[in-house]
Amino acid sequence: MIHVEHAVKTFAGGQQAVHALRDVSLHVAQGDIYGIVGFSGAGKSTLLRLVNGLEKPDSGTVTVAGQELGKLNKRELLKLRRKIGMVFQQFNLLEGKTVFHNVALPLELAGMKKEEIRKRVREVLAFVELEEKQDAYVSQLSGGQKQRVGIARALATSPDILLCDEATSALDPQTTEAILRLLQKVNREMGVTILLITHQMQVIQMICNKVAVMEEGKVVEEGSVLEVFGTPRAEVTRRFVRTVINDRIPEKFLAVVRAEQRNQQVELLKFIGDQVQEPLIAQLCRTEGLEVNILGATIQEMQGSVMSVFILQLIGEEALVAAAEKKIDAAGALRERLVWDA
Amino acid sequence: MSTPGNITPAQAGFDFAAWFKDFFGIKFDKLLGSLGDTLYMLGWGLIIGAAVGFLLALVLVMCRRGGLWQNRVAYGIVNVYVNIVRSMPFIITLVFVFPLTKVIVGKTYGSTAMLVPLVIYISPYLARLMENSLLEVSPGIIEAAQAMGATTWQIIARFMLPEALSSMVLALTTGTVGLLGATAMAGYVGGGGVGDLALTYGYQRYNLPLLILTIVILVVFVQLLQLLGNRVSARLRSHR
Ligand SMILES: Nc1ncnc2c1ncn2[C@@H]1O[C@H](COP(=O)(O)OP(=O)(O)O)[C@@H](O)[C@H]1O
Ligand SMILES: [Mg+2]
Repeated sequence: MIHVEHAVKTFAGGQQAVHALRDVSLHVAQGDIYGIVGFSGAGKSTLLRLVNGLEKPDSGTVTVAGQELGKLNKRELLKLRRKIGMVFQQFNLLEGKTVFHNVALPLELAGMKKEEIRKRVREVLAFVELEEKQDAYVSQLSGGQKQRVGIARALATSPDILLCDEATSALDPQTTEAILRLLQKVNREMGVTILLITHQMQVIQMICNKVAVMEEGKVVEEGSVLEVFGTPRAEVTRRFVRTVINDRIPEKFLAVVRAEQRNQQVELLKFIGDQVQEPLIAQLCRTEGLEVNILGATIQEMQGSVMSVFILQLIGEEALVAAAEKKIDAAGALRERLVWDA
Repeated sequence: MSTPGNITPAQAGFDFAAWFKDFFGIKFDKLLGSLGDTLYMLGWGLIIGAAVGFLLALVLVMCRRGGLWQNRVAYGIVNVYVNIVRSMPFIITLVFVFPLTKVIVGKTYGSTAMLVPLVIYISPYLARLMENSLLEVSPGIIEAAQAMGATTWQIIARFMLPEALSSMVLALTTGTVGLLGATAMAGYVGGGGVGDLALTYGYQRYNLPLLILTIVILVVFVQLLQLLGNRVSARLRSHR
């Protein structure tokens, strides 16, 4: 659906040039909710804006729904943009106009008839559950309601793709969740492919099926959400995953670990879905001469599956600990050793 | 003093015209004519000046760095032109554009001829004010417009203009007051108007009552104008 190949984008800054994108490639399939996560200034917005041609790459190509953007003339590009909705962090609505007026605007621009516009606006407002606010002025709405209007406006022209630039970053946690559920509904019921960017890993966890991690103008890691949360490789990815899944020995237990004189290892275990059938931890506990302490345990839901995360302290002779590690690996759990300062 | 029962027609009612002529030294009709001249110059000056000013403002906003038509040459030319004209006193502009006035109107005197220097004087001023109004429109709104496939003209007409309108009304109000001041110079080219009246009949003939009357008229007029401008602007802004 969306293919970005080797995109490079450099802005002429004041003193020195800003390398917003350094050879970025991205592939989004039809039906994906694809998330791009990264810290501020990583180049996320620039990458997103390539997709609807608001930004042109210095080199590289962008292909959307089979059309290469660089080869389109102006009118073709405008037409393509009507098939790509965009939602913004600051909503970017006409504050002094009614909800109806805002949602009708893209349809008026496209030259739709008044009667049809009325019907379509009602439809999308019903979809975002804001029907009764049709005649309210945007300035009278809450942040969450404004974003619903933003989404309704983006959906008015029945786009195939929705681009979301930090769509929930200006909202409180409850509202964020409601908006994310709405985006999920847009994806499932309307079949709209969604490309979203965020600096919050919770957003990725809640609705995305694929994720790319960006840092300094590069995609440093990408894959399915379960893969990336399961085995984050790049340091920046680990930092992001850590905001959702604790991968450190809990502060409270650090003293216990430090005080332990016997041979020990602390392990981080992740089980995805029902991939691990055997009662692995029970078996470990029953191992003669091995002491198992559970220092942490959480369950994370993502991508319609669950990830169980344990932090185990294994105490015993070196050979026994090694055998236990082998057993864990053989069972198919994701495992890594955690280190601590003495 | 006439005796009762022997009243002349003039004394039957209060003869306003005679009283006016007596007190202010000019005929009431003359004052009305001057008001008419002022409104004529102000009205047309504002309409044409605002149209020209808007075009200049559009060039300034669209051609600036990062604008939708980014063009250094066009921006530079208009920017310098606006600065030059704005730094010239009106009386200089008035004399300076005589040749142009002659070409356009065919003569250099009268209130129609006065419109040429008035428009040239006020349009850059209005352009600056309207430029500021247009620049106040959030870049996010323009980004949203572009993202929904709006053409550049649609962006101007459907997004920038409506968003800037309330602020532009205030700009126009300020501009109108400035224009009113400039129309006072019309006396130099026989353009007439209230300002001319104040100068030639009030000031130069030491007619204090007339001078005060014209000042009162101008002050009240500016007050009403400002009130109207504020009202309209507030109305346009009321839902934000
Ligand atoms: N139009 C622009 N002109 C100059 N620099 C820009 C422009 N747009 C973005 N940048 C710079 O490019 C870098 C990446 O920006 P952006 O894509 O907005 O990052 P993110 O969305 O991840 O925060 C930043 O350093 C930003 O300052
Ligand atoms: Mg951004």
